Amino acid sequence: MARAIVKVPARARRGEIIELRAIVGHVMETGFRHTEKGALVPRDIIRQMVCRYNGIEIFRADFHPAVAANPLVVFNTIATESGRIEFTWTGDNGFAASESAPIAVE
Amino acid sequence: MITRRAFLAAAGAAAAAPTALQATPQAVSEAIRALTGGAPAPRGRVKLEVPELIENGNSVVLGVAVESPMTAADHVKAIHVFAPLNPLPNMISVYLGPRAGRARFTTRVRVADSQTLMALAQLSDGSFWSDEVAVVVTLAACTEELK
Repeated sequence: MARAIVKVPARARRGEIIELRAIVGHVMETGFRHTEKGALVPRDIIRQMVCRYNGIEIFRADFHPAVAANPLVVFNTIATESGRIEFTWTGDNGFAASESAPIAVE
Repeated sequence: MITRRAFLAAAGAAAAAPTALQATPQAVSEAIRALTGGAPAPRGRVKLEVPELIENGNSVVLGVAVESPMTAADHVKAIHVFAPLNPLPNMISVYLGPRAGRARFTTRVRVADSQTLMALAQLSDGSFWSDEVAVVVTLAACTEELK
């Protein structure tokens, strides 16, 4: 399992716009690089990241080889209710990772 | 018979031939047309935040913010970023909705060459808006040789 780190505020007021940050360890090999001997290094990237708030999708990102290694995505959402915010990543060669964090909404 | 001068000229031409992969302008406009369906995407409402001088193209902080109230009736559905001179024109696409609160995101990307990056936002009313930033890259990404 790849190493993933997510930052979700532990506490928020209802209706507040909060910032979510998610990073996952991955080489994001572009598929355009060659070794010194001229062999093409095959593509190996994360294709998609999905963020769900208590099971409901709130954000999705499609990655292409132009996304840097160890993809970081920072975005916002409205704190609606207490629960968990879960991030999942899927990619080439059966790559799958997920991480979640709790949030308490007052 | 090949003279030394002719050989050197030919070798020089071969060495100077483009080795880096690049998307073609057609590929970029096709990628954009596939999203917009030919609808106009004027500049405005979108702010593409990226440094104009990039020392290392391997990891460039890139953010896009769109002016939008982000209500159920009027929100940004998707934001796409394009790099016309990268090997592939598409960089990243994000899909969001009224629950985002703010139509913005930040990520880190690779930029292969000095070029004009473009962000395209798709709004819930079906309109498209865009922004462009010309960047200069000193160390290119994507196609370098492995050590």
